[in-house]
Amino acid sequence: MDVMELPRLESPEDRVWPKLLKAETRALSFSYGHRLALKNLSVPVEEYKITALIGPSGCGKSTFLRCFNRMHDLYPETRYQGEILLYPDNRNILARDVDPIEVRMRLAMVFQKPNPFPKSVYENVAYGLKVRGVTDRRILDEKVEQALRSAALWKEVKDRLSGLATSLSGGQQQRVCIARALATDPELLLLDEPTSALDPIATANIEELLLDLKQRVTILIVTHNMQQAARVSDWTAFMYLGELVEFGLTKQLFTNPSKKQTEDYITGRFG
Amino acid sequence: MAQRHFDEALADLKTKLARMAGLAEDQIDKALTALVTRDSALACRVIERDHKVNAMDVEIDEACIELLALHQPAARDLRLVTTAMKISTELERISDLSENISERAIELNEEPQLKPYIDIPRMGNLARMMVKESIDAFVKEDSKLARKVLVDDDLVDDLMEQLFRELLSFMMENPHTISRAIRLSFVAKYLERMADHATNIAELVVYLVEGKIIRHTSPPVPL
Repeated sequence: MDVMELPRLESPEDRVWPKLLKAETRALSFSYGHRLALKNLSVPVEEYKITALIGPSGCGKSTFLRCFNRMHDLYPETRYQGEILLYPDNRNILARDVDPIEVRMRLAMVFQKPNPFPKSVYENVAYGLKVRGVTDRRILDEKVEQALRSAALWKEVKDRLSGLATSLSGGQQQRVCIARALATDPELLLLDEPTSALDPIATANIEELLLDLKQRVTILIVTHNMQQAARVSDWTAFMYLGELVEFGLTKQLFTNPSKKQTEDYITGRFG
Repeated sequence: MAQRHFDEALADLKTKLARMAGLAEDQIDKALTALVTRDSALACRVIERDHKVNAMDVEIDEACIELLALHQPAARDLRLVTTAMKISTELERISDLSENISERAIELNEEPQLKPYIDIPRMGNLARMMVKESIDAFVKEDSKLARKVLVDDDLVDDLMEQLFRELLSFMMENPHTISRAIRLSFVAKYLERMADHATNIAELVVYLVEGKIIRHTSPPVPL
C-alpha cells in the first residue's frame, strides 16, 4: 500500500495536538463497493487518552472505528486506502502483509448492544485468552479476576462466575464485554456507542470505568451522546459525510470550535 | 422544536440583560444629576431603586442556571450563558457604585459646594457611555465595539488622575475643604471603578464573540 503524505489538518497556532500517539490514521479512505464512506481522514489517537468520534448518523464514525480491527475485511467489495499506524512499532495495520487476526490480537472492541456469549461469566472473560492458547487454570483465574476488577464488576459477580453472562443486567452484561475485551491486555480499546442501550445509572458506571481505564489503555470511542463525549474524552473528532471536519481538545471543541459546522452540530442547529 | 424554545430563551436572556443595563445606566445618570444639581431627594430615590437592579441580577442568574441545567449548551451558546451571568454581576456592582455616589452626594449637599463640577460629569458621561456601548456590543455580539470600550477606559483613568491632583491642591491650601475633597475623590474613584466594570463587560463580549480570553493579559488590549 502506498504511503501517502499526511495532509496536516488546518490547525490555528493556539490549538494543541496530541504528543505521544498510540495510533493514527493517515489519509484514510474506505469504500463499500462504489460508495466512498470515509474520505481522506487523518486522525491521531493519543496514548492513554480517550478520543471520541462524534457526528450525525451515517457520517462514518462506526465505519472508521471498524477499520482499526479490519472488521470490514469480513464483507466483500470493501477497499481501504491510506494508513492506520499503530505505535510504538509504526505498524501499518492496513498493509498487505499484515494478518487481520494479528491486528485483532492487539486491539479489542465493545459494541453498542451488550453481546456476551451464551456462556458463563468466567468463560466469557477467559475466551480470548483461551483462543490465544492460555490453558493454565491459575493464570486464567488470575486474568479473569483482574479483568473483572478492571471492569468494576468483580464484586457483583465473584460469587456467580459460573452463572450465565446473559442473565445479568444490561449494564453488567456490557461490563462483562468490557472485561472480555480487557482480559487480553489490548493496546487500544475500541468502543462503538457502548452505552446507547443502557439506562443513565449503568451509563454513568461505564463512563466512570472508562475514566479509570485510560490509565492503562488507550480508548477510541464512538458516541451519539455529545454530553458523553464532553464528559469522558480528552480529544474529539467531529465527522460529517465521511470527512473529518474538526479535531481538537474536547474542552476546546465544546467551548470554542473552530469550524462553523462543528458549532452548528454541537449546539443542535444542524441541518 | 426544543431548539426553537432554547433560541427563544437565549433571546429572552439578552433582553433581560439589556433591560438591567438600561436601569443601571439610568442609575448612573440620576446619581450624577443628584450630585451636580445638589438634589438629595433624587439621590435618595437612586439608593431606594438599587434593589431593583439586585432583583434583576438574581433573576438573570436563575435564568442562566436553568439554561445550563436543562439544555447543557455548548460552544457559543455556552459562552453566551456564562457571559450573561458574569455581565449581570458587573451591572449589579455598577448600580452599587451609583448608590455610593448618591450617598456621597447627600453628604456633600449638607455643605457648600467646594468647586464647580466639571470633570466629574465628564467622567460620569464617559463611564455611562462605556456601560452603554459594552452592553450594545453584547446584544449585537460586536467585538469591534467591545474593543473600543477597552480603549476608552484610559480616558477615565486620566480624568481621575487629573481630578485627584486638583482636589489635593484644595486640601493642601485649605484644610477645611478636606472632608468635601475626600468625598469628591471617592466619587471620582467610584466612576473609575464603573469604567473598569464596563471594561470587564467588554472583555467578556470579546470572549463571547471570538472565544478569546483577553482578561489579565499584557498588553491588555490586543487591537
